[in-house]
Amino acid sequence: MPLFSSPQDVRERLGQTGYLADDAIATTVFLADALEKPLLVEGPAGTGKTELAKAVTEAASAALVRLQCYEGLDEARALYEWNYRKQLLRIQAAGDGQKWEETHDDIFSEEFLLARPLLTAIRRAEPTVLLVDETDKADVEVEGLLLEVLSDFQVTVPELGTITATQKPFVVLTSNATRELSEALKRRCLFLHMDYPDAERERQIVLTRVPEVPEKLAEELVRTVRTLRALELKKGPSIAESIDWARTLVALGADSLDERVVAQTLGVVLKHASDHARAAKELGLAQ
Amino acid sequence: MSEERTGLIDRHVAFVGALRGAGLPVSMVESIDAVQAMTVIDLLDREQLRTAYAAACVKRAPHRATFDRLFDLWWPPAIGDGVAGDEFSEDGEGTSASGELQDVPPADLDAMKQMLRQQLRDVLLSGDDEALRRLARASVNGLGRTESQPGRQSWFTYRVLRALSPETLMVDLLKAVLEGEEQGGLAEKVARQMLGERIKRFEEYVEAEVRRRLAEDRGVENIQKTAVKPLIEQVDFLRASKDEIAELRRRVYPLARRLATRLTAKRRLGRSGRLDVRRTVRASLSSGGVPLTTIHRPHKPHKPELVVLCDVSGSVAAFAHFTVLLAYALREQFAKVRVFAFVDTCDEVTRFFEHGGDVADALARMAKEADVVWFDGHSDYGHSFEVFGQKWPDAVTPKTSLLILGDARTNYRALSIPALRSAVRHARHAYWLNPEPRQYWGSGDSAAFSYSDVVPMIECRNAAQLEEFVEGLLPV
Repeated sequence: MPLFSSPQDVRERLGQTGYLADDAIATTVFLADALEKPLLVEGPAGTGKTELAKAVTEAASAALVRLQCYEGLDEARALYEWNYRKQLLRIQAAGDGQKWEETHDDIFSEEFLLARPLLTAIRRAEPTVLLVDETDKADVEVEGLLLEVLSDFQVTVPELGTITATQKPFVVLTSNATRELSEALKRRCLFLHMDYPDAERERQIVLTRVPEVPEKLAEELVRTVRTLRALELKKGPSIAESIDWARTLVALGADSLDERVVAQTLGVVLKHASDHARAAKELGLAQ
Repeated sequence: MSEERTGLIDRHVAFVGALRGAGLPVSMVESIDAVQAMTVIDLLDREQLRTAYAAACVKRAPHRATFDRLFDLWWPPAIGDGVAGDEFSEDGEGTSASGELQDVPPADLDAMKQMLRQQLRDVLLSGDDEALRRLARASVNGLGRTESQPGRQSWFTYRVLRALSPETLMVDLLKAVLEGEEQGGLAEKVARQMLGERIKRFEEYVEAEVRRRLAEDRGVENIQKTAVKPLIEQVDFLRASKDEIAELRRRVYPLARRLATRLTAKRRLGRSGRLDVRRTVRASLSSGGVPLTTIHRPHKPHKPELVVLCDVSGSVAAFAHFTVLLAYALREQFAKVRVFAFVDTCDEVTRFFEHGGDVADALARMAKEADVVWFDGHSDYGHSFEVFGQKWPDAVTPKTSLLILGDARTNYRALSIPALRSAVRHARHAYWLNPEPRQYWGSGDSAAFSYSDVVPMIECRNAAQLEEFVEGLLPV
């Protein structure tokens, strides 16, 4: 059963959770839900990719199952694992009286299965959002694993048989594009590139996330952040950093962004010393 | 009903064909996904259709610009002058036949220019995107048309932009935005950036509108070839425009990160490190003393020193800059990076790229301060190689990977093959990256073939080829 009825519906319900989606985001989320396809969200760090999954979870009153990817993530961490310590205990506790067949059937039962995120998400009967975070950090083999799970929404455990999803979870994969994901994986997903938002939307995001900030200050802040992004920097400020900046300015009690205030707080938005120096020079700030 | 649907499917198939023609890999499955998406969205909402297509068919962010251009051509926002609203007229001609503008006397044309300019100023100030788009359409309609032959019209971007010259509005706009605040400070920089962005957007809208009108007159198929720019990683270094070079430079760090990640992955896969006995025994305790998994020490990669010798003369400077930047972004992968630049003599420029230093600055200083011109500022490979060998005889060691960047166009001067050969012999590896297409090597004053006898020469015309080369160069 679809979670949303139209892009407009997506937009409104995400808005209620405090996530301001633009038309492209709302439409793509709606399509991913309507076509029951996984949604691959790619974009620079700090543009709200993970937040989107959380907002969808909240809007659809579903539960979030999260698989955080990292180098060296394997089947045992992503899919399922047999609790072999417990199995060992079980074998030792059985003593000599029990036949091997009985023990064998017993130790490969539900009780000894450790379900990891992918299996958990597939077995849940309630509405579920499966978030595969930072997919690009995982190894190529994990992509192969994801392919199987995401195309058929089923998992085969040799000892137990095939487990098929009764309700397909809404799948969100995020990626920072540190490497290209495989064509096969991309083909199975709908793709959403999430870039820095336009000025108006960013202003609204800042105002929603930091309600204490005066409107005029928020507008100045967004414009300054956009100016910084246009410079040739190693890492331009993301939305998360705009929000941090707004919080900092509120905490400092600043009511407008002049040279002095920017120079004092630039460290909140720019995290490289060379970027800092460059911005100070380009914007004509005192060092 | 059924007839209408066939029309839509035909359009879809042709559009997907055009995407493939422009180098976007759209598979059968993705094409079907797009059609499926059409059944659930509101087809009358053009932006929804665009998003649906993008979600289903465009899986790499750099392809998006190409996609947008083609989408605008194949699913135009309006027909003809666009004054009749967004209704699609039956024959596709209809409203565009009106030719009353040519009959307008020049005085009125001037008046129209003035009016449009005034409107442009207001819209740029307010930042209303929809109004900007409408204004672009009106401006192209009013100012962009010429009668190339009787009965044949053509459309030009530059006519519109010259008539309106949005940049000249900047001073006036700045004054309005700053409202008497001081000039030259932070506020001005920020305002300038914001207005510049809007002006650029207006220019893009005008270009898109001109493309649409041209496509209407001459057919989409004839326009799309010229309308679609090559993907940025396919852009020829030697022919890159200023914008494209800036775009390339912005992509150095993501590219370096991608290369480094791929490399770490490759290193980890080659599990050739020695067995770590202590950790293996420790891990075996949890399985009753049976070492189920063995643990290996990480393999220590061999890190070569990199010496880059690059031609920074005008013709190939863009290529050299990009490659040097990339080398620096990757410096963790090397034990040491030294850069030498030359035009007709050679100088070490490593000092400009100190750790954490600013790249744009470094390039500017390198061009200004380094001693690379000796005689007349035309490339002299022979003299440069000789100076390199004499002044820095110990730069190239058996641990060094030597990288030479240049087009090997010697202006018919001496080649100094022996000097180069001795440097190459000392190095562990040596490569020459040539930004010229292979078929031009050896033509005119190119000494590519003479040099390639001494050092392996590799064609490296665009970022994609460079990426491939660097990945092979880095040690696993």
